[in-house]
Amino acid sequence: MFRYVILRSLAMIPTLFLISVLVFFIIELPPGDYFESYVSELRALGESADLAEIDMLRERYGFDQPQVVRYFWWVGGMLHGDFGYSFEYRLPVNEVVGDRLWLTVLLSTVTILFTWIIAFPIGIYSATHKYSWGDYGLTFLGLIGIAVPNFMLALVMMYFANIWFGVSIGNLMDQQFLNEPMSWAKLSSILSHIWIPVVIIGTAGTAAMVRRLRANLLDELHKQYVTTARAKGLHPTKVLLKYPLRMALNFFISDIGSILPAMISGAEVTAIVLSLETTGPMLIRALQSQDMYLAGSFLMFLAFLTVIGVLISDIALTFLDPRIRLGKGSSK
Amino acid sequence: MIQTAEENGSVRMTGQLLGTSTDLLRVEDVKVSFPLATGHVDALKGVGLRVLPGKITALVGESGSGKSVLGQTIMGLQPDYARVSGKVLLADPSAPSGTVELLGLPRDGRQIRAIRGSKIGMIFQEPMTSFSALHTIGNQITEALRIHEPVSAKEQRERAEDMLSLVGFTKPGKVFDMYPFELSGGMRQRAMIAMALICSPSLLIADEPTTALDVTIQAQILTLLRDLQQRMNMAILLITHDLGVVANVSDEVVVLYQGRIMESGPVEDIFRRPQHPYLKGLMAAIPHFGMAQGDRLRPLRDIKVDHDKLMTAIGNAKPMDTASRQHEAPEVLLSVRNLSKTYQTRDQAWAFRKPSAAPAPAVDGVSFDIRRGECLGLVGESGCGKTTVSKILMRAVTPDAGSVIYDDGSGPVDVLEAKGDDLQRLRTQIQMVFQDPVSSLSPRMTVGNILSEPLDIHRRGTPAQRRDTVDALLGAIGLGQSARHRYPHSFSGGQRQRIGIARALALAPGLIVCDEPVSALDVSVQAQILNLLKDLQKDLGLTYLFISHNLAVVDYMADRVAVMWAGRIVEIAPRETIMTAPVHPYTKALLAAVPYPDLERRLDFATFAGSSALTSVNWAAAFRAEASQMAPLDLGNGHFVLAHKSADMAELKS
Repeated sequence: MFRYVILRSLAMIPTLFLISVLVFFIIELPPGDYFESYVSELRALGESADLAEIDMLRERYGFDQPQVVRYFWWVGGMLHGDFGYSFEYRLPVNEVVGDRLWLTVLLSTVTILFTWIIAFPIGIYSATHKYSWGDYGLTFLGLIGIAVPNFMLALVMMYFANIWFGVSIGNLMDQQFLNEPMSWAKLSSILSHIWIPVVIIGTAGTAAMVRRLRANLLDELHKQYVTTARAKGLHPTKVLLKYPLRMALNFFISDIGSILPAMISGAEVTAIVLSLETTGPMLIRALQSQDMYLAGSFLMFLAFLTVIGVLISDIALTFLDPRIRLGKGSSK
Repeated sequence: MIQTAEENGSVRMTGQLLGTSTDLLRVEDVKVSFPLATGHVDALKGVGLRVLPGKITALVGESGSGKSVLGQTIMGLQPDYARVSGKVLLADPSAPSGTVELLGLPRDGRQIRAIRGSKIGMIFQEPMTSFSALHTIGNQITEALRIHEPVSAKEQRERAEDMLSLVGFTKPGKVFDMYPFELSGGMRQRAMIAMALICSPSLLIADEPTTALDVTIQAQILTLLRDLQQRMNMAILLITHDLGVVANVSDEVVVLYQGRIMESGPVEDIFRRPQHPYLKGLMAAIPHFGMAQGDRLRPLRDIKVDHDKLMTAIGNAKPMDTASRQHEAPEVLLSVRNLSKTYQTRDQAWAFRKPSAAPAPAVDGVSFDIRRGECLGLVGESGCGKTTVSKILMRAVTPDAGSVIYDDGSGPVDVLEAKGDDLQRLRTQIQMVFQDPVSSLSPRMTVGNILSEPLDIHRRGTPAQRRDTVDALLGAIGLGQSARHRYPHSFSGGQRQRIGIARALALAPGLIVCDEPVSALDVSVQAQILNLLKDLQKDLGLTYLFISHNLAVVDYMADRVAVMWAGRIVEIAPRETIMTAPVHPYTKALLAAVPYPDLERRLDFATFAGSSALTSVNWAAAFRAEASQMAPLDLGNGHFVLAHKSADMAELKS
């Protein structure tokens, strides 16, 4: 078991190495670099560019070196927390991302919790009351939730919030707190803003999860072991919670792998519409402007989260499911 | 006929009702129906029976008779859309009237839950799915204790371990912490019994407890159930379709047919003096040992093979030049030599190093001949490799070593090496009948398409001729021409199996491999299929390889029998020799484990009290040698047994 965890963790290293190579060369693929597009942008605006400064920057960041050398500089820097320099913002990547990263994590975590808290009871109700009016009603709502795009929902909500309540629901906090250090006032401002994006982003996910939980539970509910448990005299609710629900949990856990990267990159469009201070819009901007260290760091971070997410769900599954833990293969 | 049945039943029932005060469980006029989109289905149409304390009552019936529904209804576990009426009275000394009426209790309410698991325990057919794979055996066994008797965690464990050792585990402490999937089927059924009995219920409802198990394991589980029943003075309601099991363990028998009780009474009466035509028919339909060579089973509904139609069909299907070949055909049709196959597990396939212990071969040096026109029976328990052998013959699995030579008179063909035209021709010569008639027919093709597909593939005749052949085939197996346009799902299991047989016949093959063709069928249908296969063999001079785990069926069908154990053929001999004078200890154990539907030939329960009788440890030394030292020894008359090369034959026979 312990051996399995170690081996499984070590297997991440070659994966991440391959990903970093891919990310680097894909970013390098378009002709030119940031400075060229910067210079041509300035020229287009009719301004003169300070070529000396640009050459200095080029040299400083090794753009005169061959690609392989730059790759190792980049990877080496990341290993000790230096993610490079964002040319567009003229700041180290760390500082550019700054607040946005943990705001994204906060938003995503709250969204996931919201999804689970809503989806679990509804899914269980739908499965145990199959083909009842309640099930039909919830299914109908869920399908609407899946079908309406998030950004559309965001636009609709913004519109009505403005018309009916005269408030703007964009942003994650009042603008005066931007780039301020953390304080109680800032926190409460965030909390009062965050529920709107949570509801908007969470709707589709909740509906999808209800459908999947319902389908999984329906499969399990008619299994023989459920009858066995009832034949022992166990209360029906306890039967449900101890056996079929526990079985159906496996897919939630395998989901972690895809949830983590979706936290960072997900819901960009919604984030742009609502002008949220998350990483999504920044990633898109960085890719557009060939801000390579910023974009590269983002992509690497996404890859890292994917790999970590899969690792977590794999290890959690081996702990939770004895069939995987003791089955053929991992025990040897 | 039904009228007399009810009279019969009611006469016997009134007799029983006189002794009501002693009954542990009394079922009175229970009706269960299930609503459908169009009307409803009556699963039980007014059933009454009793279970005496400390006795085994068998509830016998074919699939669809409603026997499992009754078992569930007693516990209140029937589906919630079922409509139930009637009474189920359970003796309860603490109740003022001495009995509790179970059907009147609120569904899943406190009172019925207090009875489930504590007063009535239940075990099911499928030991594989009756446990949750995510919880330990111990957790699931002690659960009933936690619900019904508040005892400390330590005492729970003690009680569970006591129970586990009672059901035959030598290391109960270890099993307690194991997961269900770490145990074999038989072991799981033992654990299941321990789980049902942990609160010492006065009644155990056992729903087909041994149907999914091998015959030797079945004998062990039956022994265990009988032993526990006597030790704990518990009553058992044994739901089964197997009259052999009934004859061996039960005290009273209730026969259920289409939701009605046909006959009930003590086991002696039922077996010695069956009254009802249904029961008499059922008894005559079961193959039993000691049937004379010409004896025929009498199915409840017989199927006549239409000889003329059959000959037309086969005549159409045969390529023109085969008739002339038949004369100079050799005696041996198929010759199998030293066949071996080892399956690699996924791990081993990917491992860089050779695994330290080589995996056990599925088939290990198997050799046998099938003679023209005979039926060779291949017997063995699940996992012994018999299906792998059949797949190798069909070229569905490639063996690691060995040869298979097929010779129908047009020169020997190496089955394993054949290519191109040779292989195409071979494909028409060897056909297969499968175990599961449901999954072996495509649900998306009409029966006509299913039957003409082999003819299309091998381009036999014109489309019009093919249609004639299909019609003739359908006639030959007793289905009308209207069957041609219907889909398999509109046929019963037995009819589907007949379609499967017709498909195998379509190309007029020389050899048909029947892999457990009747084990998924009810007893009454089983006789029908067996007779059909026999008639076809007689009419067409077919050769069968008949694979089965059911010795009685093989005894009925086969001319010679090969017994397989752990990938090897341990004994091969003519049918009478195997059945009357077996030499190999495994063959003996297999024969001893068959429950006969005959009160005079009961199982020897002492043999199966431990599990050791069936393992090779207790075999005579000559049968336990290293694989390389073993060889088939000739005992005369075509009787071979696998033993040590230097073993003394006289000694073996003793």
